[in-house]
Amino acid sequence: MYRKMLSIRKFEKTASTFFAEGKIPGFVHLYIGEEAIAVGACANLRDDDYITSTHRGHGHIVAKGGNLKYMMAELFGKETGYCKGKGGSMHIADAELGILGANGIVGAGHLIATGAAWSASYRGSDQVSVCFFGDASTNQSTFHEAMNLASLWKLPVIFVCENNLYGISVSQARHQTIKDISKRGEGYCMPSFTADGNDVVTVYEHVQKAVRRARNGEGPTLLEFKTYRQHGHFEGDPGAYRPKEEVEAWLQKDPIPRFEKYLTENKLMTADELKQIGDEVDGEIQEALDFAFASGYPALEASVQGIYSDIVEEARSR
Amino acid sequence: MRKMTYGEGIREGMRSKMLEDPNVVLLGEDVGPYGGTFGVTKGLWEEFGEERVRDTPISEGIIVGASVGAAATGLRPVAELMFIDFLTFGMDGLVNQAAKMRYMFGGKISVPLVLRLPAGGGISAGAQHSGSLEAWVTHVPGLKVVYPSNAQDAWGMMLTAIEDDNPVVYIESKVLYSKKFEVDDTVAAVPFGVASIKREGSDVSIITYGKQVDDALNAAKVLAEEGIEAEVIDLRSLYPLDKEAIFTSVAKTHRALVVTEEVKRGGYGGELSAMISELCFDELDAPVVRIGALDTPVPYSPALEAYVLPNADDIIQGIKSMF
Repeated sequence: MYRKMLSIRKFEKTASTFFAEGKIPGFVHLYIGEEAIAVGACANLRDDDYITSTHRGHGHIVAKGGNLKYMMAELFGKETGYCKGKGGSMHIADAELGILGANGIVGAGHLIATGAAWSASYRGSDQVSVCFFGDASTNQSTFHEAMNLASLWKLPVIFVCENNLYGISVSQARHQTIKDISKRGEGYCMPSFTADGNDVVTVYEHVQKAVRRARNGEGPTLLEFKTYRQHGHFEGDPGAYRPKEEVEAWLQKDPIPRFEKYLTENKLMTADELKQIGDEVDGEIQEALDFAFASGYPALEASVQGIYSDIVEEARSR
Repeated sequence: MRKMTYGEGIREGMRSKMLEDPNVVLLGEDVGPYGGTFGVTKGLWEEFGEERVRDTPISEGIIVGASVGAAATGLRPVAELMFIDFLTFGMDGLVNQAAKMRYMFGGKISVPLVLRLPAGGGISAGAQHSGSLEAWVTHVPGLKVVYPSNAQDAWGMMLTAIEDDNPVVYIESKVLYSKKFEVDDTVAAVPFGVASIKREGSDVSIITYGKQVDDALNAAKVLAEEGIEAEVIDLRSLYPLDKEAIFTSVAKTHRALVVTEEVKRGGYGGELSAMISELCFDELDAPVVRIGALDTPVPYSPALEAYVLPNADDIIQGIKSMF
C-alpha cells in the first residue's frame, strides 16, 4: 500500500511539473493528499473487480494496478498511451483491470458502477464494483438513482465518497446542508459510515467489510471518507477560495508521512526500507517518463478511427 | 408469409436473441408483468423470468446508465424508455458515456447496448410524449441509429441491433405498433446501412424512414395517377446511412424530397437535404424539398395535431412544386 501511495504522489508531482512547463496539455486534476482512499480501497480488490473513477482519476488507476508508462504517455498525448492519445488525463480506462474509466462528467460513474454490479450479480460472479466519487457529485440525480437501484436490487457495489470538502471552488457548506454524506445512505436503507480518509488503514478496514458484504450478496454500502486535496481543483487553479489556516491544518494530516509513521512506529518497516521503496518508485516514474518521451504522437488518421467497432471511418468529409 | 404487428416484430426480434444468448437482458419501466407501455414486451417476463426482464424504478438516468455499465462488463442489455421525450433524463449515459467510451478509451471498452425509444405523434399524447428527436442522436458520433418502418424490418433490425458491439438507438414509431404487416416465415437479420427501395420511380426520389414511409407510398400512388412516378426510399438506418442508395436514386430521378416527422429546424431532414445538395448538385433539376412538422411542440387536440404533423398531402404538394 505504501508503494502505491508513493507511486500516486510521485506520478502526480511529475505531472504537475510538466503541466506547469506547458508540456502536458488540457486539464490535469491531481489527487495529491487523497492517496489513502484509493489505495486503502483497492487493496481489497481483485483484478477482475470493477471501479469507476472521476476526473481526479490518476490515484484510482494506479491503485487498481494501472500501468504507469501507459498513463504517462497518455498525459502527453502519445500513441502508446492507455487511450492511444485520444482520452487524456480525464479518460483513462483499462478493461483488463476492471477500470471502467476516469470520467469527465460529475456523477456519471454512479450509474455505470451500479450497472457493472448488476452485470456481475446477473452473471453469478462474485465480482464487486467500487464507485469513487466526490462530495459534490452527491447532489446529482445520478447518485440518488444509483443508490436506490443498488439497494433495491441488492447489488454488490461499494459507494466510496471522497469528501475533500470542495466542489471545485464551492465549499461543502455552500453546496449541501448536511455535513456527513453518509447520512444520505439512511434514506436508501444502506449501511453507511463516515471515517478518516487520510488514514489508509482505516480506509482499508472499512472497505474490507463492505467488500465482504457485497461478495456475500448482502448488497451495497456507502462509505464517506473525509480528506483534502492539497492542490487546486485543477492544475493552474491557485485555490484562493480556501483559507490558509485550513490548508495548513490539512497538510499536517498528509496521509503519506502519517502512514510512514505508522509503519515505523509499529516496526513494520524501517526508515531505510521506506527510503528504498521511494527510490524504486522514483526509478519507475523516470522509466514512465522516458517511455512517454520516446513515444510518438498518433497518426492524424487515428482521429477518425476507433469510434465504432466495425465502421472504418476512412475519410469522413468535413 | 404471415401477418404480424410492428410491436410483435420488435418483440420477436428480442425474443429470438434472448433464446440464443443468456446475456441478453431487458430492462425499463413496466417491461415486466405489465408487458411495456405499448405492450411490446408482453409475455417475455413470463417466458424468461424476473432476472432477465427487469422492471426498473421510473428513473431514466439509471436505466440508461446501468445499461452502459452492464454492457461494458459482458451483458447485452436492451433498455426501453417509455417515450423518446424522456431521453432528456438519460442523455448523459447515452451521449457522454455509451457513445464516447470506445473512442476515448482507445478501443478498450465496447458498449453493446440497445436503447428502445418510442417516438412520434399521432395519438394525442401531447407535447411531452410525441417527440421526433432523431436529430439529437444522429448528431452524436459513436451511436448507431435505426428507425424501422414495418414489422419485418423491426424484427430483422432488432437482431442486428442486439448483435452489434456498439450502442444502438432503436427508434420505434408509436402509431405503427398495432399496424399489421406481411412478414416472411423466416426473418433474417437486416444489416444496418442498407436502405430499402419501397417503390421504383423515375421522376422524383422520396427519402424517408419510419411512419413516413407509408405516407410516401400513399403519396406516390396518387402522383402516379397524374403521371409522376416517385421512387420511395426507406432509409431504415439513419446512421450508418446508405448514401449510395440516395445518390443513385437522385442520379436517376434528378429530384429529391426528404420527409421526416421532426420539426424542420435543426432536424435530420436538414442533414439529408444538405448532403444531397452538396454532393449531387449537378444531378438536380430542382432544389431539394424538405417536409417536416410545423415549427412547434406537438399539440394535443387531434385536429391541431393532424395539422402540425406532415402527411401524404404535404408530400404531394411538395413534389408538385418541383415540376
